[in-house]
Amino acid sequence: MFSFWYKGKFRRIFFQALAIVIFAGFGFFLYYNTSTNLARLNIAPGFEFMDEIAGFMPTTTGMNLTGFDLNKSTHGDVFVVGMFNTLIVAIMGVIFATILGFVMGILRLSKNLILSFVASAYVEGMRNIPLLLWILIWYFGIILAGPSVRGSVSFFDIIFINKRYVALPQPLLTEAIWMILGGIIAAIVFIFFLKKWADQRRDQTGRNFPVFWVSIGVIFFIPLILLNVAGLSVSWEYPILKGFNYIKGIQLPGSYMAMVLALSFYTGAYIAEIVRAGILAVTSGQIDAARSIGLRPGQISRFVVIPQALRVIVPPLTSQYLSLTKNSSLAVAIGYTDLVNVFTGISMMQTGNALEIIMLTMLFYASVSLFISLFMNWFNRRVAIVER
Amino acid sequence: MKLQKTLALATGIVVAMAAGSVLAGSKTLDTVKAAGKVQCVVNPGLTGFASPDDKGVWKGFDIDLCRAFAAAIFDDPSKTAYKPGTGKTRFTILRSGEADVITRNSTWTFVRDVDLGFDFVGVNYYDGQGFMVSKDLGIKSAKQLDGATVCIQTGTTTELNLADYFRTNKMTFQPVPTEDSAESRVNFEKGACDVYTTDASQLAAQRSALQKPGNYVILPEIISKEPLGPVVRHGDNVWGDIIRWSLNAMIVAEELGVTQANVEKMKSSANPEVRRLLGVEGGLGKMLGLSNDFAYRIIKHIGNYGEVFEKHIGVNTPIGLDRGLNNLWNRKNSDGSNGILYAAPFR
Repeated sequence: MFSFWYKGKFRRIFFQALAIVIFAGFGFFLYYNTSTNLARLNIAPGFEFMDEIAGFMPTTTGMNLTGFDLNKSTHGDVFVVGMFNTLIVAIMGVIFATILGFVMGILRLSKNLILSFVASAYVEGMRNIPLLLWILIWYFGIILAGPSVRGSVSFFDIIFINKRYVALPQPLLTEAIWMILGGIIAAIVFIFFLKKWADQRRDQTGRNFPVFWVSIGVIFFIPLILLNVAGLSVSWEYPILKGFNYIKGIQLPGSYMAMVLALSFYTGAYIAEIVRAGILAVTSGQIDAARSIGLRPGQISRFVVIPQALRVIVPPLTSQYLSLTKNSSLAVAIGYTDLVNVFTGISMMQTGNALEIIMLTMLFYASVSLFISLFMNWFNRRVAIVER
Repeated sequence: MKLQKTLALATGIVVAMAAGSVLAGSKTLDTVKAAGKVQCVVNPGLTGFASPDDKGVWKGFDIDLCRAFAAAIFDDPSKTAYKPGTGKTRFTILRSGEADVITRNSTWTFVRDVDLGFDFVGVNYYDGQGFMVSKDLGIKSAKQLDGATVCIQTGTTTELNLADYFRTNKMTFQPVPTEDSAESRVNFEKGACDVYTTDASQLAAQRSALQKPGNYVILPEIISKEPLGPVVRHGDNVWGDIIRWSLNAMIVAEELGVTQANVEKMKSSANPEVRRLLGVEGGLGKMLGLSNDFAYRIIKHIGNYGEVFEKHIGVNTPIGLDRGLNNLWNRKNSDGSNGILYAAPFR
């Protein structure tokens, strides 16, 4: 009687339909619940508040690259400041975590016992203590234990480090900067063609060309030569101590440093394990084979181990980048002015538009996460095995 | 269809009006009675105003206000529950119905009263925003703070006042925004900022919690008006009345010389206002939907306004606040100034 229940086709359709109904029902429940509650509280949602003058300072003047102006900037500008501050933490965190993770992952496989012990201790120490605790340790325990503003540690009288911030010189946006940028772009284009030529030559003659070292030289020298020919030089704005604080230049707040350090050390530990797994996944037969055809150790890593290890490394790496970005919202614990702190925190409190602000914040994190996923998927396709 | 809607609306209005005139009920009071406790949003930790002691018992000036409501309703001040709310979360907690009233030094402002959907029903502390700095800086006035790093608590009126003050005086500042006052204090004590700004009463409370309170001074400038008081949801006027008149009872009791010690004797006082206050005559409490002696209960369990003030934040406590503006309107402070505490009469 119930024989149709055992038909594969019926079951497929039935469970698909069931899933859709449950999902739609849940969506409707959310919508209904929100709209009735808003009506009950007499709140009309809308985004007009984004054009109102914010009236508070959401970022320090030493790190105000979006040009927030207390006198006329709006809650919309607070949103921009927050996104910017979140992104610079996430980007720097991803870069440092990747470097740290690769170094530690390789060290953990080292035959040198001390090195591999240091790497193991790092990984276990980071992974077994909650991130929030690390953020508090970095900020309250390490950064705030630094010297006072007047007792700043100075490097060549242009960089000053104290418990509040790292004061750096800021390059002024003159023709020289544009020339350097132009030079770098020209160098990249040159390297692209150089690589093509080198690959072709290797295919035809079997001889290698040191593309990597030449590229590094080119990236440095093309802008330098351009500057010399044009007779320009970069002018810098140096930080100076005036009153309570250093002014001019860039001041990276201590809370920013603490966030980048905590996030990259913490995520670096997970990346180290991913890298270690990736390298161990390349069977020793591959390495023996590479050795038997006469490749040198450097070439073995570059042409045999790393390309195969990357296939294992890249997919889990993506999720580490995603967690790092989302974990940056813990910044509120130490008063760093990220999106959650200034927009979802202060703007929401001052305007009372909780629903809109939470939605915008979610949208931002979702977009960033999707962007990272898309980029890493593209990268993954490039390193994945090309099946013929 | 249209007719039906109109009819339904008209019926609704008539029913609502009838219910209003007969019952004068309060939904909040009903839920409070059903739950057997008043739920107050309080500061998560502000010495003297609201903080748990070493046994986890909440104590303080704002806590006693909450206990006064419980005393008025249940004749038992312990029938309270405290919901710690940061500057950011306090209004959401009240709005969502998780609490019945905010007794957490919240400033009465236009936007909060009108746009956010709340009612401020009175003032239990007249405050103003001030600045605290380390003595080593040798600073005498807030006008000398140009370029300073300032610790602020987010989600409060202080960050707006601060920005306004610096804008008006053409000065700049570096903000260090943190979520709760304890965090700001640690930042300030460790030197992450030069200045700590918040309401003057909170500054005094925070200073007492610093390791070396004597090393810090509060600057003379008060840059804002901060009338702090209990907040209820807009729309339940009867509940608002209960909160307003419980607070007024404490102030009027001080005015009339009714104290925790003499409240029993005062019941036989000849003064008609005392008799009305304590519920001996007049039947005022019944009009609120409470017992006639609701004010008597408050004074018996908690004390009058002045007693509560001196017990938690007065000059003989580590907080050491003068009555100042918070003295009664007809009393003189030691420096010759008058207070502005003026509660409507029990009549």
